[in-house]
Amino acid sequence: MTEIQEDFVQKRESIIIKGNVAAAYAAKSARVQVISAYPITPQTTVVEKLSEFVDNGLMPGTEYIKMESEHSVFAAVVGASKAGTRTFTATSGQGIFYAHEMIHWAAGARLPIVVAIASRGPAPPWNIWADFTDVISQRDTGWMSCFCSEHQEIYDEILMSYKVCEDHDILLPKFVSYGGFILSHTSKPVILEDQDLVDKFLPPLPNEEGWPHIWMDPKRPMMFGNLIMPSSFYYEFRLKIHDALIRAKEKIKNVAKEFEKNFGRDYGNGLIQERKMDDADIGVIIYGDLALQMEQAIDDLREEGYKVGMVKLRHFRPFPTEDIVEVAKKVKVLGVIDRATAFGCQTGGPVSCEVKSALHETKGTATVLPIINGLGGREVTLEQQKNQLKKLVKYFETGELPKDVIHGTLWDGLLEVE
Amino acid sequence: MVCWRLSKEMVKLKEALESCQEEYFLPGNSCCAGCGLEIALRWAIKALGPNTALVTPASCLNVVVGLWPKTAPNFPFTNMAFAAGAAAATGMSAAFKAKAYRFPGKEWNEITTITFAGDGGTADIGIQGLSGAAERNSDQIYVCYDNEAYMNTGIQRSSSTPHGAWTSTTTKGKDRFKKNLPAIMAAHDMPYVATCSISEPLDLYDKFKKAKSIKGCRYIHIMAPCCTGWGFNSEDTIEIARLAVKTGSWILYEVENGILTLSKASRPLLDPSKRTPLIDYLSKQKRFANISEKDLIELQEYLDHTWTRLEADLSCQEQYPK
Repeated sequence: MTEIQEDFVQKRESIIIKGNVAAAYAAKSARVQVISAYPITPQTTVVEKLSEFVDNGLMPGTEYIKMESEHSVFAAVVGASKAGTRTFTATSGQGIFYAHEMIHWAAGARLPIVVAIASRGPAPPWNIWADFTDVISQRDTGWMSCFCSEHQEIYDEILMSYKVCEDHDILLPKFVSYGGFILSHTSKPVILEDQDLVDKFLPPLPNEEGWPHIWMDPKRPMMFGNLIMPSSFYYEFRLKIHDALIRAKEKIKNVAKEFEKNFGRDYGNGLIQERKMDDADIGVIIYGDLALQMEQAIDDLREEGYKVGMVKLRHFRPFPTEDIVEVAKKVKVLGVIDRATAFGCQTGGPVSCEVKSALHETKGTATVLPIINGLGGREVTLEQQKNQLKKLVKYFETGELPKDVIHGTLWDGLLEVE
Repeated sequence: MVCWRLSKEMVKLKEALESCQEEYFLPGNSCCAGCGLEIALRWAIKALGPNTALVTPASCLNVVVGLWPKTAPNFPFTNMAFAAGAAAATGMSAAFKAKAYRFPGKEWNEITTITFAGDGGTADIGIQGLSGAAERNSDQIYVCYDNEAYMNTGIQRSSSTPHGAWTSTTTKGKDRFKKNLPAIMAAHDMPYVATCSISEPLDLYDKFKKAKSIKGCRYIHIMAPCCTGWGFNSEDTIEIARLAVKTGSWILYEVENGILTLSKASRPLLDPSKRTPLIDYLSKQKRFANISEKDLIELQEYLDHTWTRLEADLSCQEQYPK
């Protein structure tokens, strides 16, 4: 937690809640109009809490539909968003995979849906623990996606996300993900903002007319999604999605700034958050809940005299290429730590592969060492993270790769098999 | 007596035609000549009126409405993924409710949300979403236009294809019987389930009018023959649809809050002697050209059995809760 946040926790009223409950409160604060949901571990407490809110009349006017599958959940939010309402759902792992078709649909239709993801490892074997392969596997759908590293950030990021998604220059959906169980089921103090302040930051949808490009109204009949020939505008529509994602970087930065101004909590530039990078020789790029513990590891190693720093990657899509290029210039060795897999790519880790691609052809940048850890919820201790940093220090000092590098990537924390 | 009944019918037809002069599914669409779907949709929307938002999952309807950016429906129309028709309509009708709350007095909740899907999108890939919507009593009218195969992709078998019929994936005739989807939907205890045929437009019109007046999840299954897929001349679509009814192959009825009522065209057929011989219907369609004698007998037995079961259902009607 940054100093500013500690200050706020002391001065302002907070409640101790689970990460999932923080997501539910965010949906309530955002005054979502239609929620559709289907239970899946470890997302369940999001939908349970929302049920409680709706059943007790705490979200007046909100329609809550309990669907029969994730495919239908995403179809329902697509339908509801098309009619020009603010929509919300939450899911995890297998649920995302099942809904994949509709996830493409939501982005293709340019609908500003925000979805909370309590990330879990893909089966088989069954796994329900933290692993971001689920949300990262939706990389090419046109959705924005971001990682939260703590409870307060889940609440804050969902509010910020609606503001970004609903911007008429962007109009794209977004995943707000956080590690299953590690964040979803643990409790920490979260400041829930006054509704008036939230309404000022994120006003309820101002008019009936929905989004500028689509809304369902018999008074102004529109067709949506008709078959389009290769010679027509399909190709151009695809370009526009990419263009909007790239432009969203600026929007995300502005919204993060505005959020800090309104609520006093700092999320770096919105896309990344640096810590002790300016005079560092060794840096790591890390995301999700492990980033929070890594802050401690960095501080501890600094006390031991090592010049280490870190970058918390907040957004995976749009990928902050320019920022990554800049931070890579500051250090000599850059570890990129994934809690997800991208089988068969250069590094085996989705973010490390992305970073390598971003730095390609950029002179004077750090040497990248891809690291994978914590898959399927495998515990990554503070001690282990400090060791990762020390391995990077050794690599920097001697140029020797750690012994347990496999195909160029450090798979850290594997079980020892005889 | 006959004269009087005829004139009453004529008056009703005249009224219906006068009240629905407006066209909502416009000319210039790319339906095949003699398309059953086109007639079904045209009459359905005439009955529902323009204050309707339609969702259609993958089906012929996706294509026949016209290539982007041209479109034939004169009402809000959205294409949807194959399995997602009922669910998307659920979301849409929920959104109209939410809008009605947020913007009171604007009649957002007066809009009728309908899903218009083919038999594949209903009985096969879409059945989970439909069953979910029915169980939740999601406020929508789900319409299945049944042409008894995957016509849009080239006449492949669906679970709604009848026994013995040729399709491009049942080249020796289908070995299984047609899935009885209206019965499956009625088993959901929905407020309203009805079967229609494009050969009975007044009956269809009335059923849609009635469906519109009811809240909750309503299911209407329309027999909509496909000249291309079934192999008959395009001018015979109505005649084929009528034969389906007259032979008793396609039974017109309503199930309103659990109460089953046979519709006028099918009511006399409780008496087997009033049914047109099945062969009259089958022999007009090339898809049954090579049907084996065994399959023919089985089809007849299945038809008789269906009617026996229906009769049993009607006779125990008193036991149903009112």
